[in-house]
Amino acid sequence: MKNIENKGGNEAIASLPPSNKSAIELKNITKKFGYVVANSDVNLKVRTGTIHGIVGENGAGKSTLMNILFGLYKPDNGMIFLNGQAVDVNSPEKSIALGIGMVHQHFMLVPTFTVLENAMLGNEGSMLLKSGEKFVLERLKGLSNNYGLNVNFEAIISDTPVGMQQRVEILKALNRGAKILILDEPTGVLTPQETIGLFDILRSLREQGVTIILITHKLKEIMSITDTVSVMRGGKVVADFSTAETSPEELAENMVGRKVLLSIKKPTLKVGKPVLEVKNVSHESKDGVFVLKNISFDLKEGEILGIAGVAGNGQSELLDILSGIETLQRGQITINDKTILPHQDWNSKKAREFGIAHVPEDRHKRGLVLPFFNYENSILGYHGNEDYSNGLLMDKRKILNFVDDLVENFDVRPRSSSISSGKLSGGNQQKLVLAREIESSPNILLVGQPTRGVDIGAIERIYEDLMKLKSRGTAILLVSVELDEIMSLSDRIIVMNQGTIVGETSSSNATELEIGKMMSGLEQV
Amino acid sequence: MLESFQIIISLLDSTIRIATPLIFCAMAGIFSERSGIIDIGLEGKMLLSAFVAATATFLTGSPIFGLFAAILASCSASLIHGFACITNKGDQVISGLAINILASGLTITLGIALFSRGGQTPSLASEQRFMPIDFAFLDQLSFVPVLGELFVEVISGHNILVYLSVLAVFFTYYVIFKTRFGLRLRAVGEKPEAVDTAGISVIKMRYQSILIAGMLCGLAGAYLSIAHGAGFGREMSAGKGYIALAAMIFGKWNPIPTLFACLLFGFLEALGVRLEGVELIWIGEVPVQVMQALPYVLTVVLLAGFIGKARAPGAIGVPYSKEG
Repeated sequence: MKNIENKGGNEAIASLPPSNKSAIELKNITKKFGYVVANSDVNLKVRTGTIHGIVGENGAGKSTLMNILFGLYKPDNGMIFLNGQAVDVNSPEKSIALGIGMVHQHFMLVPTFTVLENAMLGNEGSMLLKSGEKFVLERLKGLSNNYGLNVNFEAIISDTPVGMQQRVEILKALNRGAKILILDEPTGVLTPQETIGLFDILRSLREQGVTIILITHKLKEIMSITDTVSVMRGGKVVADFSTAETSPEELAENMVGRKVLLSIKKPTLKVGKPVLEVKNVSHESKDGVFVLKNISFDLKEGEILGIAGVAGNGQSELLDILSGIETLQRGQITINDKTILPHQDWNSKKAREFGIAHVPEDRHKRGLVLPFFNYENSILGYHGNEDYSNGLLMDKRKILNFVDDLVENFDVRPRSSSISSGKLSGGNQQKLVLAREIESSPNILLVGQPTRGVDIGAIERIYEDLMKLKSRGTAILLVSVELDEIMSLSDRIIVMNQGTIVGETSSSNATELEIGKMMSGLEQV
Repeated sequence: MLESFQIIISLLDSTIRIATPLIFCAMAGIFSERSGIIDIGLEGKMLLSAFVAATATFLTGSPIFGLFAAILASCSASLIHGFACITNKGDQVISGLAINILASGLTITLGIALFSRGGQTPSLASEQRFMPIDFAFLDQLSFVPVLGELFVEVISGHNILVYLSVLAVFFTYYVIFKTRFGLRLRAVGEKPEAVDTAGISVIKMRYQSILIAGMLCGLAGAYLSIAHGAGFGREMSAGKGYIALAAMIFGKWNPIPTLFACLLFGFLEALGVRLEGVELIWIGEVPVQVMQALPYVLTVVLLAGFIGKARAPGAIGVPYSKEG
């Protein structure tokens, strides 16, 4: 029987008062994957009993660094000190024994197991589950009460909301005696209310002496909860701040390496006539669940309509239907005075003919064929266009001409038409998809999660492009789980919960809390 | 009436004999696949261990020795599979197929080289085999109508491995669902990342699982050649490994339902043998091939809609790699 909690190392950590002693110190950490340098000479100090934020763009090396600290990756070089002592963290087992716990961005939970089984995995208390369960459950209940980690121990993970799954992850770490907790992008999947709840938990953990490292790209969260913050860029820590003495602007500047505009200038524009009318659309999934129930709204020329909601509340299905990926089952859709009725022939080719362009939520699955070259991906879906063919065959020269302009105009880096799209960064992939869709001069642009996994520099550019398109009079339907994004881009916001529209508001008089309440289905407006 | 009762009794009796290797193999499959490793090589491991069991028993005269040799052989095949697809992240189906082909060729080649009997091993004398065990009080019980006869003819009078196969089912159930090892094994087949981040070695867990699978396959092979049969004949596993795999899927990777699937498939085969050359009313003579195909047809048809969806372990067939 292994009982990690009783090991000496942890006791030493626990007995330290919150002081200037550092719980963690990383010295000259370097890690390469093949030729890619993920971390280069990283130094980091975190004081005991504080919340330390690490910000940086995608690919800045934050997750790699934390995976090294957690023992998942072996650093090529460098030292790790815990409470001033050099340690060799060469496996998660070792790091857990040293009192380090990690909540990964993608939860490490077994979907078919119960909450209890997940929480006890790796620290079951006994060879036989039954005798261990009683003992572990008691300890877990204690922890759960202590830190306000509300969970239902009997529930199967796949049936529980993400907020609870996250609490299970935290419990799991605490159950193994974690005194240092690493959270990797913990709020990406949460509603604003759930985020507040999480932060309350983190504060109470800090009060009881737990040292927390919070990785995020959301500057607002850094400002609201951390004590100190480090900025990473290009695999290096480029700046350390005390949170009270810095600002989001300064952090952003350090993240990108140049000044960034965080605010968006919305062109003032009179919206025109409706170009898309959705009436009573319902959709039944293969499992017989209604994922959309009586959805009705309209979208006007030059308008950006934002659809807010926690992921999985019908937004994806709505996009699929409008873009022709799914057939319409019930209700009707009118696009530029042309009406589509249920079970009518409706597909994405038709949608394009009707003037709809679509930037899909998952660019890897639906936006791009990753091994294809940029010039192939840039005409994907428009390959039947006469401009690109000469009779039977594709006209490569015409395509290359078009694509060279495209990557230039939309700042896709590297500016090459003949590099496979899989080699681009997330932001540049997204710019490529957006460029392709905008170049088709659509009446209506459907955009799903435009900035998911996209770095700040690219986000700035994408927002700019969307605004340009809006000022040309294109109607834009924006689906995003990032509430900030919805609020700053949209003219009007509708909120979806469990397949219905639970509220509508204009962005100028919406507050985040109100929308958050609607998103969680607590309040109907 | 009495005659049809006799027929049923003898059908059930042969059902159990036929089902035994299926049960061992299906349990082996459960261990392996629950940990995320596709085990299409059940067939090959069984064949290989059948050969090794017969050979070792013939050479030493001890079936116990033959049994351990069989387990050793089967475990070695498991280790090859593991080295290919756990350590080196190869394709599990290809590796399993390779084991099947290797076993098929190797047993014949070695058989001819050692014994020059066209791939067969010499017949074993009865003291060199696991012989039927008769339970106590048989004579008294046989006077009890129906139940007594059931006991005497169906339950009693099998070799030790038959009873061991039933134990194997409960062993599998207990280990997989009631122990810490089982929890980790199921987790590793569903979501290896979760196990790795919990500080448990995915590689070690998977090797342990396939070794248990190897042992169980070894028992199946030994049953064929030194318990049920009296020597090895070329290709004597005759697709049983695949039927066991079908039974495992049919039983949704759960030991108890899988046991019943094995018994059902065993019964169908027993029935097929029984009906050979028999004219049925309305239908006429049923070709043997139809009966042989029945387990597969049944698996497909039933899985297609009657028993609900069989959900394979989430991470099955996917080699685990940390960095990517």
